[in-house]
Amino acid sequence: MSTGSIAWDATAGTTRKPLVETLHDWVTTVDHKRLGIMYVLFALLFLVIGGVEAIIMRIQLMRPLNNFVSPEVFNRMFTMHGTTMIFFVAMPLVFGFANYLVPIMIGARDMAFPRLNAFSFWMTALGGLLLYSSFIGGDGLYGAGNAPDVGWFAYAPLTSQTFSPGHSTDFWTLALLVSGVGSIGTAINLVTTILCMRCPGMTLGRMPLFAWLNFVMGGLVILAVSPLTAAQLMLMVDRYMGGHFFDTQAGGSAVMWMHFFWVFGHPEVYVLVIPAFGIASEVIPVFSRKAIFGYPVMVGATVAIGFISMSVWAHHMFTVGMTSGANTFFVMTTMAIAVPTGIKIFNWLGTMWGGKIHFRVPMMFCVAFLFQFLIAGLTGVMLAAAPFDWQLTASYFVIAHFHYVIVGGILFTLFAGFYYWFPKVTGRMYHERLGQLHFWLFFIGFHLTFDLMHVPGILGMPRRIYTYEPGRGWEIWNVLVSVGTLFQAVGILVFAANLIWSYFRGAVAGNDPWDAWTLEWTTSSPPPAYNFATIPEVHSRRPLWDLKHPEDPDWKYE
Amino acid sequence: MLPSAQYLSPTNIFAPISTPADTIFGLSIFVLAVTGAIFLVVFSLLVYAAVKFRLRPGDDSREPAQIYGSAQVELAWTVIPVLIVVVLFLAAARVIASIQNAVPPQGAIHVTVIGHQYWWEYRYPDLKVVTANELHVPVSDPAHPTPTFLTLLSADTDHSFWVPRLAGKTDLIPNHPNHMWIDPHQTGLYLGQCSQYCGVQHAMMLLRVYVDTRADFDRWVAQQSQPAAVNEVASEGRRIFETTACVNCHTVAGTPAHGRFGPDLTHLMSRDTIASGATRNTHEKLRAWIRDPNVLKPGCLMPAMGLSDPQIDAVTSYMETLR
Repeated sequence: MSTGSIAWDATAGTTRKPLVETLHDWVTTVDHKRLGIMYVLFALLFLVIGGVEAIIMRIQLMRPLNNFVSPEVFNRMFTMHGTTMIFFVAMPLVFGFANYLVPIMIGARDMAFPRLNAFSFWMTALGGLLLYSSFIGGDGLYGAGNAPDVGWFAYAPLTSQTFSPGHSTDFWTLALLVSGVGSIGTAINLVTTILCMRCPGMTLGRMPLFAWLNFVMGGLVILAVSPLTAAQLMLMVDRYMGGHFFDTQAGGSAVMWMHFFWVFGHPEVYVLVIPAFGIASEVIPVFSRKAIFGYPVMVGATVAIGFISMSVWAHHMFTVGMTSGANTFFVMTTMAIAVPTGIKIFNWLGTMWGGKIHFRVPMMFCVAFLFQFLIAGLTGVMLAAAPFDWQLTASYFVIAHFHYVIVGGILFTLFAGFYYWFPKVTGRMYHERLGQLHFWLFFIGFHLTFDLMHVPGILGMPRRIYTYEPGRGWEIWNVLVSVGTLFQAVGILVFAANLIWSYFRGAVAGNDPWDAWTLEWTTSSPPPAYNFATIPEVHSRRPLWDLKHPEDPDWKYE
Repeated sequence: MLPSAQYLSPTNIFAPISTPADTIFGLSIFVLAVTGAIFLVVFSLLVYAAVKFRLRPGDDSREPAQIYGSAQVELAWTVIPVLIVVVLFLAAARVIASIQNAVPPQGAIHVTVIGHQYWWEYRYPDLKVVTANELHVPVSDPAHPTPTFLTLLSADTDHSFWVPRLAGKTDLIPNHPNHMWIDPHQTGLYLGQCSQYCGVQHAMMLLRVYVDTRADFDRWVAQQSQPAAVNEVASEGRRIFETTACVNCHTVAGTPAHGRFGPDLTHLMSRDTIASGATRNTHEKLRAWIRDPNVLKPGCLMPAMGLSDPQIDAVTSYMETLR
């Protein structure tokens, strides 16, 4: 990776440092851009690991009564896949993007607390390493060998000493505890940076939507990850200090763990999707060549989603025996969140409407995101209707639904973000044709896998089963779903190849290859360590538009 | 019910034959219709925008007109979704109340369902019947309903009772009794399985609900209420059974076997399956199960007892007398 700094020793006739020193620079860095890049690379590594775990599950499920892996291994795979993808792929990816981009977009030279930033990244990295060291040292459910196998939401009392006598659950608990501290650190950092470090003229009302959405994300992380981290401590107390919070044999409450987990777990969805919305809110206007439609409404809808998302968690618990009154309340809050989410989709459509849409790779991913997120939202409305949820939850329908959100919604926009900002981060353009190939492979694979996955759920196939008997009408769907993963895997390989090839061989990008409007495109590609030689001053939401169109600047209309 | 829905799968949620499942089915069709209509409208707008406003070869490089928003349009696409959401909410709330607040009528059957790793215990407190894995209930004539009300308990971890054609699922949680009810309108066998991850063999914790005619159900209850059959032919097997650890976990009514950790075996041969539906109850499978349960159902909690082949034959013969 380019360091972005000037030559350190011009007299030696080379700008290249010895490898050890370069590594030392990276390990000790407090530069938000380098930390952002490390977050992203760390997440990509874990994306591959989590993907391999998914493929192992899909091979096992291709045939009824298959013996590709044992039930013990299968249980480990779905636990590790879920934990990895949420905590060590999706969160580091959104944190990486936020870390790299937010300070530049608001005209700052770094995050508010650079050392806390480095600490947070290394805590997350330590969490990932802890989780995977369980393969060496852990021991799971009775007779089940190593690595966590209690499911990614680790319902009590399966996590108690009685049912998980080994240490695999401890690895899981510690990994989430440690990475949770990192996440909270980053969130505090983001919120502070956005509140205190904006350049002159950048009022909250002129901030790029990407920064606004990451601000809301930061607030949600502080509110949502804290209870999860507390619950991990309580679980440790239960397991090693004779506590009985979740120990049902001693009068503890399994349902309380569910509340703790989902009061984190549902806002977590928005922690991931709101930054993805942020990417879409930057890419769609630039490639439609229009200002974002309804900026104040977009901000308001995001803040509304943030607040409402704190009140919907128990829709994950419609089947645990809450009263009809409680169920009705959570139906109401959950359906209410569809309104601001719908408003956002309409505003993106309004942005495209009347524009001149350039279908470059980032925009292709964003349009696919709109289509897929629409479906994900509508299946979400089905699941929000509690009685329908009594049939659909814990089945493959719900698996299809949340992969539609996380892959079809979040990962697609993250890919858009990769292609959009790759020239800024590396100074090189990506390869357009390879990018399109990646898009189509992943698009086809995604739909093959996750469209069809709804069907076995409707036909009564529960999640987390390592095998099933023939004659339930599930066979053909499982074969097709598994075939889809192949397309996705090849798509990811093309993506990786594109990143690597373009980094070394891509055309030189220049400062502003997209003719875009936010501050990151005013500085060099890659940006220098200090981002801006002089701190910019802005007068509108699109400072570069004002610069490029002095006859018709935005500030006249805002 | 959708025509022929049950042929797609014996566990199709769109082939309901019991009031809770049927009410949910009605609601799902309504929700699917509304969301389907929303999808068509928004998807058409998206396709239209993407096609109509795409950059065409030969377009000049001028920027399109910059539109910053519109209060009227924003108001419209806020108010219309709010109205839709209110309608959907009211429809869901009505179904929640109708299912969750139902009161057992006279003549309702009460069953206590206890989830175990990885099997189901059924106790009929009013009928003095205890059985495992295969639930029998009477068919419920809508004119004279005889619904079955289930009290759901767990002996260990969380489980969930899901027979899609009868009702939505409800979890079995230790220290947290739950309730649900079914009133199947058709006789037959209805399948399902545990749908809350409960440990290594969660996958083979299968559910079988036999909906019998009232006469068949009464006959079944009468037969299940009998003590265990005594058959001298199998006395050797019985001796082995009662002098090894089998009795710590299994009950055979009227004998010293009183364990409750595993399924009640008093009327084992009246059941079609063993191992919680994982395999048929045939001589070969039963014998293989007694030899080493982990071969048929890896991860199950019943250990191989280390019996010799003649001992296994004897115990199998004893089991086969338990009718």
